[in-house]
Amino acid sequence: MLAYIIRRVIYAIPILIGVNLITFALFFVVNKPDDMARMQLGFKHVQQADIDKWKQAHGYDKPLFYNRAPTEGNAFTDTVFFVKSVRLFAFDFGNADDGRNITQDISERMWPSLAIAIPVFIVSLLLNITFALIIAFFRASYVDYMGVVTCVILMSISSLFYIIGGQYLISKLLHLVPISGYSADLDTATKFLILPVIIGIVGGIGAGTRWYRTIFLEEISKDYVRTARAKGLSERLVLFRHVLKNALVPILTGVVAVIPLLFMGSLILESFFGIPGLGSYTIDAIRSQDFAIVRAMVFLGSVLYIIGLILTDISYTMVDPRIRLGVR
Amino acid sequence: MIATKQTQNKHKAKIDHQAPLLEVNNLKTWFDSRDQIVRAVDGVNFSIKKGETFALLGESGCGKSMTSLSLMRLVPEPAGRIVSGSVKLNGVDLLQLTELKMQKMRGNHIAMIFQEPMTSLNPVLTIGKQIEETVTRHKKMGGYSAKKRVLELLDAVGIPDPKQRYDEYPHQLSGGMKQRVMIAIALAGEPALLVADEPTTALDVTIQLQVLELLRKLQNDTGMAILLITHDLGVVAEMADRVAVMYAGQIVEHADRQSFFSNPQHPYSKKLFDSVPAMAKREHSLAVIRGSVPALSQQFKGCRFEPRCDYAWDICRCQVPAWQLLDDGQGVLCHLLDPRYASQAPDVKKQIAPVIRKQSANHAGALLQVDGLKVHFPVTKGLFKRTVGFVKAVDDVSLVIPKGKTLALVGESGCGKTTVGKGILQLVKPTAGCVVLDGAQLNRLKHREMRAKRRDVQVIFQDPFSSMNPRMMIADIIEEGMLAQRVGGDARQRQQRIDQLLGQVGLAPEAKTRYPHEFSGGQRQRICIARALAVEPKLIICDEPTSALDVSVQAQILNLLKDLQDSLGLAYLFITHNLSVVEYLAHEIAVMYLGRIVEQGTVEEVIHNPLHPYTKALLSAVPTIVPDADRQVIRLRGEMPSATQPPIGCHFNPRCANARQICRNGYPEALKISDNHRVRCFLYKE
Repeated sequence: MLAYIIRRVIYAIPILIGVNLITFALFFVVNKPDDMARMQLGFKHVQQADIDKWKQAHGYDKPLFYNRAPTEGNAFTDTVFFVKSVRLFAFDFGNADDGRNITQDISERMWPSLAIAIPVFIVSLLLNITFALIIAFFRASYVDYMGVVTCVILMSISSLFYIIGGQYLISKLLHLVPISGYSADLDTATKFLILPVIIGIVGGIGAGTRWYRTIFLEEISKDYVRTARAKGLSERLVLFRHVLKNALVPILTGVVAVIPLLFMGSLILESFFGIPGLGSYTIDAIRSQDFAIVRAMVFLGSVLYIIGLILTDISYTMVDPRIRLGVR
Repeated sequence: MIATKQTQNKHKAKIDHQAPLLEVNNLKTWFDSRDQIVRAVDGVNFSIKKGETFALLGESGCGKSMTSLSLMRLVPEPAGRIVSGSVKLNGVDLLQLTELKMQKMRGNHIAMIFQEPMTSLNPVLTIGKQIEETVTRHKKMGGYSAKKRVLELLDAVGIPDPKQRYDEYPHQLSGGMKQRVMIAIALAGEPALLVADEPTTALDVTIQLQVLELLRKLQNDTGMAILLITHDLGVVAEMADRVAVMYAGQIVEHADRQSFFSNPQHPYSKKLFDSVPAMAKREHSLAVIRGSVPALSQQFKGCRFEPRCDYAWDICRCQVPAWQLLDDGQGVLCHLLDPRYASQAPDVKKQIAPVIRKQSANHAGALLQVDGLKVHFPVTKGLFKRTVGFVKAVDDVSLVIPKGKTLALVGESGCGKTTVGKGILQLVKPTAGCVVLDGAQLNRLKHREMRAKRRDVQVIFQDPFSSMNPRMMIADIIEEGMLAQRVGGDARQRQQRIDQLLGQVGLAPEAKTRYPHEFSGGQRQRICIARALAVEPKLIICDEPTSALDVSVQAQILNLLKDLQDSLGLAYLFITHNLSVVEYLAHEIAVMYLGRIVEQGTVEEVIHNPLHPYTKALLSAVPTIVPDADRQVIRLRGEMPSATQPPIGCHFNPRCANARQICRNGYPEALKISDNHRVRCFLYKE
């Protein structure tokens, strides 16, 4: 297993280089370093000299990928891409274009993101599995039918509707909680967080329940369930002891992989509710063309996603005795 | 109608001389399928006495599995439902119980084992837990006493090291062991009736023998009755006290074993017997049942077997036959035995006489020569996937197939026989050895040359359901090979050739524009044969081509393969575990055990004079239909070991009754007994 994990970590290196290369290329197809400088310095009355000075200060004065006349190192190392990329692999994200330290920003903004993401994740997982089990228990009856219809309706509504609708109903009409905002103080923070959390849960309930229902129904039709029934077990035991444990295997594929990504926060929820988390951080960076932040976040996301996949594989070995890693 | 009912009642009175344990009356289980009702079980009556084995015999789709699930009330809902009837176990009608009360019956008074032990156990629970569940549910035991009982059960079903096995998961056990665990689960409640639905169909013959003997022994010890559902006449002959034959949702004949095997009465039962391949039938074609099982969604006006029956006449078409009871208690649902109609029956004896085959005796040269074929798969380990060993799937196999002949490669699952086929086809790269087809050494050919050569050797796979692309039309499936090999002329000529091929395998040209799912298993296998024939091969590798098919359909395919061999001069490498098919079809046999051929020779030599202890055991393990007083069953200990770590010396020595010290030291060389007959065993060294 250790050998397997080490191999997976080694495989991650080319993936990260690739991700970084593509982010880099895409970003600079849209923007030139000059454009970035103008964006930061303001569009009016900017001299070429100011631009060059900004570029030099932020390390964008070299060629992007290939340097015909390297001042130091060789043609590949003395480029924007190389210099900026190498530091990422040491998790040194450097400074944003406005001079703030990105690592510092991330470590501060991580907490509001988690404050939304973790409750949403845990509560939806429990709720979705419970609803799916109830629907599976009453399969092929009206409960099942109505459940699926409800799920489809919930899925068909855009999450933006839930956000705006929730803000209008709960905050504007009923005045139960503030519309948006955040506070570092725990008591006040709860007031700000409760609405985005509920909306995050409601928004995902349709798709989640329907997906888990499919998994449960697939398991229920398998031969070993018939054996369990032939033993004379009650339907409750059949569902909880036999079906649930087997259904965990496919459920884990989807669930464990996203756990590390919870750090990244939610792009939409955070923007709409004014939560200073990593999601809104990314959105703001894209809006202001801050390349340093964008690539730091993309890089961090890729790392977390790879960790998620490795965790998924490890969790398989815990729920499914047939799977052993690295053994053929 | 009244007459029918009276005969039915009279007939029942006669078998009821001892109070039955299970009484099934007019059981009907129907399925809703789209907008029609499929009557899978349509008025089934039978009864089982205490301690007896009652076999329900029939081909797939006749409703025998649905009957067994109906007894357990496990019919998949909501599509299926038990419409009417009664199932009385010790006088209690199971169909009237509430679901909660029925749960107390299941696993307790009536238990069931299933066909697929591989999928019937929960993969994520230990086998100990799975057995214990039944013990705690029905026997009010818990903790230590429950575990002790589980260990007793594991021991009773012959699982070695019960303490260690208790904590193992199903995937760590072989198929035979899993079926033993299933039996232990069923036994846990000490049931009065065990329903065994094809309990050995998925197992090898030597393991089948072990499981059947176990069931017999447990029946002796506990006095439970067994309802044995099977399609295998041999298994019925070995196990049953009484037999009922099912066809199209109804029982058409019932009898005790003796009368049934000495004198089957229903035309369908007779056909079943005639379609079983055997050595004695080599000279002629096997009997086939024409057409296919009727759709069970229709209302039958006459006899359900009438469209396929050789004896049918007018009355069979318009009147439902009534039960006819013979002197020895045998009952038949057929007009032929009805005294009112029997005299009108047409004489059809001549029409159904078997077709005699001409035996072609041309001894042409070798078509395929395999010399020292080895296929080894590396076992890797660690960070850098070091090769730490090899699985010797095929280890030094040599074969010769002459033109127009059939060589059967026989062995149990996991012995490497399929890998030999793949090695010959170059679908896996042989590690060593050479494969010479018609003068060309296949394993030396370049990729492009091999592609051209593929025209000469084609393959038919075991599962006709998954070996065709479901989104391609039949015409395209057959044409694909011709296009790849650039044979068959222009588009128009190719279409003509497809028509001709379909005719050759007995399908109508309309099949061209249809898709694989529209055909039955037998028809699909015919399409696979047509596909193989399209490029005019010289050799066809048939990998278990009939093992997914019913006996009557198997007979059709075997007849077809033989006809094609006679008319086209094809050679076959027939890979199979079914020895009766081999006896009927093959000219030569090679018996494989753990990657090596242990004995080979002509069919006559190997079947009549088997020398290797493994061949002997294999042959004796096949259940026979004809009672044979001289038959000595050789029981093999344990199961075939894994090819990762084959036993030192002769691979067979740990299971061999004749093993001596020399057998543990080295692998015996091939010994020539006659021109063709070779055996690798130290017994014949001197």
